[in-house]
Amino acid sequence: MELPLLHLALVGTPNSGKTSLFNALTGSRQKVANYPGVTVERKEGFFVTPLGRQVSIVDLPGTYSLRGRSPDEEITRDFVLGKASGEIVPDLVLCVADSTNLRLTIRLLLELKRTGRPLVLVLNMFDIANRRGISVDVDRLAKELGVPVVTSIAVRKGGTADLLKLTDEISAKLAAEPQPNNWRALSVSELRATQREADRIISDCVSLPARPDTLTARIDAIVLHPVGGLIVLALILFVMFQAVFAWAQPLMELLQSGFDALGEFVHATLPAGLLQSFLQNGVISGVGSVIVFLPQIIIIFLFILLLEDFGYMARAAFLMDRIMGGAGLHGRAFIPLLSSFACAIPGIMATRVIDNKRDRLTTILIAPLMTCSARIPVYTLIISAFIPATDVLGFINLQGLVMFGLYAAGITSALAVSFLIKFFMLRDYAPAPFMLELPDYKVPRLKSIAIGIFTRAKMFLQRAGTTIFSMMVLIWFLASFPQPPAGSTEPAIDFSLAAIIGKAIEPLLAPVGFNWQIAVALIPGMAAREVAVAALGTVYAIEGGKEAAEQIGQVLATKWSLATALSMLAWYIFAPQCASTLAVIRRETGSWGWMAATFTYMLVLAYAASLLTYNAAVALGAG
Amino acid sequence: MTDTHDMRREMPLGLAQRGYTGVIQHLAAKEAGSALSDIELESRLIELGFVEGARVEVLHEGLVGRDPIAVRVDNITIAVRRREAMAIIVA
Repeated sequence: MELPLLHLALVGTPNSGKTSLFNALTGSRQKVANYPGVTVERKEGFFVTPLGRQVSIVDLPGTYSLRGRSPDEEITRDFVLGKASGEIVPDLVLCVADSTNLRLTIRLLLELKRTGRPLVLVLNMFDIANRRGISVDVDRLAKELGVPVVTSIAVRKGGTADLLKLTDEISAKLAAEPQPNNWRALSVSELRATQREADRIISDCVSLPARPDTLTARIDAIVLHPVGGLIVLALILFVMFQAVFAWAQPLMELLQSGFDALGEFVHATLPAGLLQSFLQNGVISGVGSVIVFLPQIIIIFLFILLLEDFGYMARAAFLMDRIMGGAGLHGRAFIPLLSSFACAIPGIMATRVIDNKRDRLTTILIAPLMTCSARIPVYTLIISAFIPATDVLGFINLQGLVMFGLYAAGITSALAVSFLIKFFMLRDYAPAPFMLELPDYKVPRLKSIAIGIFTRAKMFLQRAGTTIFSMMVLIWFLASFPQPPAGSTEPAIDFSLAAIIGKAIEPLLAPVGFNWQIAVALIPGMAAREVAVAALGTVYAIEGGKEAAEQIGQVLATKWSLATALSMLAWYIFAPQCASTLAVIRRETGSWGWMAATFTYMLVLAYAASLLTYNAAVALGAG
Repeated sequence: MTDTHDMRREMPLGLAQRGYTGVIQHLAAKEAGSALSDIELESRLIELGFVEGARVEVLHEGLVGRDPIAVRVDNITIAVRRREAMAIIVA
């Protein structure tokens, strides 16, 4: 008879090596989703025991206790207690401990015991503990705790064999009558008593090393030095920036030309008409314009996962905490904001490292203000067309200076918005104190990182892809219908809904110096900012689209005033012109409201900035 | 611990300089002025291993206002802001 699926749950403190154990057990047989109603990531994996038992294992969010002080920790608590909606009560809970650091996990385990769920303590990273001279009396520990204890080395092949064997043994004799659940939230004195009990057990069963981890201390002497640490951080960021812009570029161009070639192929193969236009302009170039960001996303996550695995991320947060704290941002917001310079999508996805809801929300709201790489084509086009390449003070290139100014304006406004959010909107929400474990450094596990990147890339393609696809279909529809009357010589777009909308909103945009052609270009630019360049090309009926960017520049220089150009630049610092970013904000916040809020505040800022820029420029005679 | 610890005056960890070593005497969440409630702050400190009798050492300080601090608590390192560390009374 086929035995039913065995349900396991992985519980542990942050940095316990839970995720690498999960990866070691399941390999790439993983399913990532969200828990219903919250944005907490639900990671489930599958494996088969030596005796052939099918097992499903859920990697629960890391926690120090079952108090449930954040949505993540509530999930862990409810899941273990069998109260999570739509979830099966786990048959067996694996409590994972970093063998070099048992204090906090043993306390968590004592708390878990009260839930009455069958438990196993997994002493992970047992090899590192041995190397440091920590010896654990495993049998005595099991006796004292009253739960089975097994050692594991998640990063080594076969390092989980004992755990697999024990899983078989336990599943064969799982108690028919469940133990009662005696868990309730611990009071402070109970918490303290539990920690004392844990410390007593540890002093009985574990002999601590004569040699502490001097390597971590030596690295930290440099990396956490008040000045030296910031220099190291700056160097790491420099390499990361280089990688995201330089390494990704060839791959992005390859993808882009691949999609262009596919589009051309469709163009050549299918008869001219709606289907051809839909496939080429709607599906292939639309979805393609988003997929080209995949290399940047992979590189960013490679860096993030490497630094996280190594143990550096917590240090970066430590160094930046006070510096960013002035603007109301948490130290942990630093890396997500940095990633947003490449693209706000991975940046917003990376905000998951921020455990406090308020801090995470603030970071998500300001991430799109960081100048993403999709703005670069627009900036370059307008700057090269309107700003002379003269030198300022003899050595600073004016074009470069304007570009720098645009970046600086993005950063400054992001900090200002964060400050205002802190000041006005989320004032009553208790700010998260910065309390963070700085784990010992560990050699990153390549397999674990590869799996991490793979699941993130898959998620980006699957979920952002479906939303983006539907947006693209909508935009293509607006730009294509109604069709021009037969024999018309004007560009087809003149007859479309997009043009009708463009002309309708032109009066609104006139005060900021935009004509109806710009209004039309802003509509396809919704899908991805740089599409506006191609759209302007189409609208001004120039052959060649993107390839002819130089040419578009010349045309713009004759058709626009300098004031309009400057107004357009100001608009693009703030404009919420990216449907995929909005889709990701909706998904990560789980709320249409916050998406609408982001869209609105950015639109208001864009309009105000353009209005100011245009009128100032006209007043100075640039109209 | 050594005798010198008994003779030292109690002080909040939040005022300690880099290189300070001591032993936690008690927690005084009321004194900290943290945004967290007293109970919440005390619970979180205990969960990170700040319990009476634990040996602490201030390993590192941040650049701005020497804040936050990295504290060795027995055999793990925890980063806290000085404001929250005011709740940890050491000697």
